Amino acid sequence: MAIAALPLLPPARLAPLASGYGAVRRAEHRRVLAGAILVLALALLSGWVAEVDPALLWERGSHFFGYFARILTLEAGPHAGSLVLRDPAEWFWGLPRWLALLGDTVLMAYVGTLLGCLGGFALGLLSAANIVRSAPLRWGVKRVLEFCRTVPEVVFALIFVIAFGLGPLPGVLAIAIHTLGAQGKLFSEIVENIDMKPVEGATAAGASWAGMARFAVVPQVLPGFLSYALLRFEVNVRGAAVLGFVGAGGIGQDLVEAVRKFYYNDVAALLVLIILTVTLIDAGTGWLRRRLLGAA
Amino acid sequence: MLELQGVTRRFGAVTAVDRVTLTVPRGQMVGIIGRSGAGKSTLLRMINRLTDPSEGTIRFEGRDVTALSGAALRAWRSDCAMMFQQFNLCGRLDVLTNVLVGRLHHVPAWRALLRLWPETDKAIALSALEQFDMGRIAAQRAESLSGGQQQRVAIARALVQEPQIILADEPVASLDPRNALLVMEALAEINRRFGITVLVNLHSLDLARTYCERLVGLAEGRVVFDGPPEALTDEAAQTLYGLEAAEAVGAAAAAALPVAA
Repeated sequence: MAIAALPLLPPARLAPLASGYGAVRRAEHRRVLAGAILVLALALLSGWVAEVDPALLWERGSHFFGYFARILTLEAGPHAGSLVLRDPAEWFWGLPRWLALLGDTVLMAYVGTLLGCLGGFALGLLSAANIVRSAPLRWGVKRVLEFCRTVPEVVFALIFVIAFGLGPLPGVLAIAIHTLGAQGKLFSEIVENIDMKPVEGATAAGASWAGMARFAVVPQVLPGFLSYALLRFEVNVRGAAVLGFVGAGGIGQDLVEAVRKFYYNDVAALLVLIILTVTLIDAGTGWLRRRLLGAA
Repeated sequence: MLELQGVTRRFGAVTAVDRVTLTVPRGQMVGIIGRSGAGKSTLLRMINRLTDPSEGTIRFEGRDVTALSGAALRAWRSDCAMMFQQFNLCGRLDVLTNVLVGRLHHVPAWRALLRLWPETDKAIALSALEQFDMGRIAAQRAESLSGGQQQRVAIARALVQEPQIILADEPVASLDPRNALLVMEALAEINRRFGITVLVNLHSLDLARTYCERLVGLAEGRVVFDGPPEALTDEAAQTLYGLEAAEAVGAAAAAALPVAA
């Protein structure tokens, strides 16, 4: 027995339905198109106002690659003039010192991420519109978070270096504050997307705000929080490497010195070390994320 | 004809479906009954290959479905439409687009991705919707609909796949009694009018008896009953459902059972 074909409506009945649907879709199309044109126009306008000149890419591109060629060519030792790989010992002459500084960088990122995420966790909950009724409270928390994430880390680091002196402490504080702002915002958006049924369930059972948050919100958002916290750790290792530029501890101090003093091979060696570290951390946090989320 | 031969599915140490052998001729409306956790969902999902069997073969018209992959597997899935307890629509998309998802296998990929659906496919989808009096709400977001309406959108999606089989996994378990009847009527109607084979998982024995010509009872993954509804005596139902019997058989039977005050 064959399957009977689907019966189509007679055109007289189909036409009004199709045109009703079409009208709604066309209105939607117009909105999307208008939005796309606006985005493109703004991009062109920004490029024009900021005098971003794509032609420079062609003209000066060789300088950029020339720098890389230069930092990868040995400047001293018996093999001077050949590729750095010919003499790794000469290339990585400062390895013990650099590894120690890299260790500092990773630790700064770790402590800063931990502090920032803990703060962001609390402030993220307090600024979520679906679980905090008080508009003034949310408004206040949101402005604090904005301030924390809009002031660049390097600026915070500079201020703290002036206040507390050179060393890792200013770096940790700068990372913690920026992380607080960025994670607080992300966390609050995760909270705003949760399923509200458990919240109603707990509230209806007479739970306080804290009890509701602990048993209806946190279990839902914890995997997301953890995942973003690990991502932020990875981002912060990169960030911490730069903070040394202003004297806030870690590998950045040596990197900026090498760049300024034209120790070309050192720049290459330090970049390789930083890239390797970030790759390792990426792999490690990826593994950890799968373990943690798999168990949850 | 759909033939299952020794179909087994294990999840770790648990055997969800245990050596099920079953033959379903074309155009039959089969109710699969049994208590929660008896393996009903896993069985249906294996036929659509959402879950792969650990052992055994599933054949349709002599072709081994368990061996399919790639384009052939997608073609098979398009041939055996699936319906779910939670409807599995995309709530943020409009109703008609949700129905058109059922045409994805028939429409060239680039047209579908750009939402440039051919007029004929739109006409098919609108006709299927209007069959359930929902043509006027084609532009509404699916999430704004009631559960009963959403499940009828899901039926329309299944229908426009032009399937040979419809696999309905507890389609009425999240609906109120009136909507449950509406959805069961719609399934029966599709079965009668188009000759589409329907396999429907049901927790409620009343509904299964009313709408299905054949019942298959599962307990702990094994087929323990296979026959027409008349053959399912109350005793057989009792063994099938155990303590859940009262709930599954319905209010009338429940009233007859002694209830602790």
